[in-house]
Amino acid sequence: MKKSLTILTSLVLSASFSASAIGDESGDAATKAAIKARQAQMQLYAFNIGLLGGMAKGEIEYNADAASKAAANLAALSRLDQSRSWPMGSDNAKMGAETTAALPAIWAEGSDIMSKGMALGEAAAAMEQAAGGGLDALRGAIGPLGNSCGGCHKSYRQSDD
Amino acid sequence: MRRAIRYLVLLGVLAAIVMWWLTAPARVDRAVFADLTGDAARGERVFWVSGCASCHAAPKAEGAERLILSGGMAFPSPFGTFYAPNISSDPQYGIGNWTVVQLADAMVHGTSPEGAHYYPAFPYTSYGRAMPGDIADIHAFLQTLPASDQASLAHDVGFPFNIRRGLGVWKLLFPAPSRVIDVAGDPASQGQYLVEGLGHCGECHTPRGALGQLDYSQWMAGAPAPDGKGKVPALTPDKLTWSDRDVTAYLSTGFTPEYDSAGGHMADVVQNLAHLPESDLQAITAYLRVLPVNN
Repeated sequence: MKKSLTILTSLVLSASFSASAIGDESGDAATKAAIKARQAQMQLYAFNIGLLGGMAKGEIEYNADAASKAAANLAALSRLDQSRSWPMGSDNAKMGAETTAALPAIWAEGSDIMSKGMALGEAAAAMEQAAGGGLDALRGAIGPLGNSCGGCHKSYRQSDD
Repeated sequence: MRRAIRYLVLLGVLAAIVMWWLTAPARVDRAVFADLTGDAARGERVFWVSGCASCHAAPKAEGAERLILSGGMAFPSPFGTFYAPNISSDPQYGIGNWTVVQLADAMVHGTSPEGAHYYPAFPYTSYGRAMPGDIADIHAFLQTLPASDQASLAHDVGFPFNIRRGLGVWKLLFPAPSRVIDVAGDPASQGQYLVEGLGHCGECHTPRGALGQLDYSQWMAGAPAPDGKGKVPALTPDKLTWSDRDVTAYLSTGFTPEYDSAGGHMADVVQNLAHLPESDLQAITAYLRVLPVNN
């Protein structure tokens, strides 16, 4: 037990050392990696919502099994731990508009980004419940889902269409 | 000579009187509203089309909080910063004691109950196209919303734009046409009413001139964002090339055809439009399809 604790401590220590080493030598690269990771997550959201939205619009024939799977993916994605995806300073003011559209307001005082993120989780969970229960149920859940996306993008993403 | 000067002075005084009279805040015809009884249930739809909550809810309000119209949101512009006032049902701090015609004066002519001009940050240039029945209905609905005792903030506008009477000249110079384009048949006509009137889409999607007046020759041709950051996209058929189905779905979900989602102020608009029946959204789409393309 004691031995395993020692191993754990050394692991944590070395991890934090290497993290600080990354921070010192290539902080920019680490920040860019985090930005890429969260953008990839957004892509996965869009990919799965694409199927559900296509069914809601009537462009794709409704299929309860496929809809359930996409909605389950979505809910799983919304539960991923993102604590490393949004490091301080990974905003568009510091990293440039070509790299990210994330506004500094995300990290500013008074930011309600966490509650906005939770709203997405709730909307995704509701979609997971609804998607397999018929097209009408799916269509009823797609609006709130879209609105939960907008909840964050409204205040925290640079808008320049 | 002395006679000529006297004439000139007289002419000047007359011109000033005429100008004062011409720039007086206008009011609606009381008779039109005399027999109207507002219906709060119908008014809810008018409320969401009109997007009142987008500006008059407290900054960052979500869900049911968006129905507390306490005001406070800031609107930076080249003329200064405007603050949305409290329009909650509170009789002292809000507009709880306003009558239907007082609300109609405000929405149609931009005239306050005290007879002052409102700044066109409040989009009476569009709301002026609202039907009297819809104004009575939204009045009834606003009465059902919670009261807030948050005092309205004064606008931060510099000289000469802080002289309210000057807005009378502005209104005189730039009258809003009752219809912007010619549209025949439904659902496009229904969409015209929603887009040009209550929805006041043109207020952001149409460029403005030096004095903040809408450039109707560039109707819905896209514009710089009012706060100077970014652009508001064009909605004319040459630029908005999404399918009808995609546009209608976007209006209620905010999802683009690629399943990106609406951001900025449009995310707010979508939150409002999500409350509307699909037929209204299809009508809006139909209207956008017949917009003239100006190059």
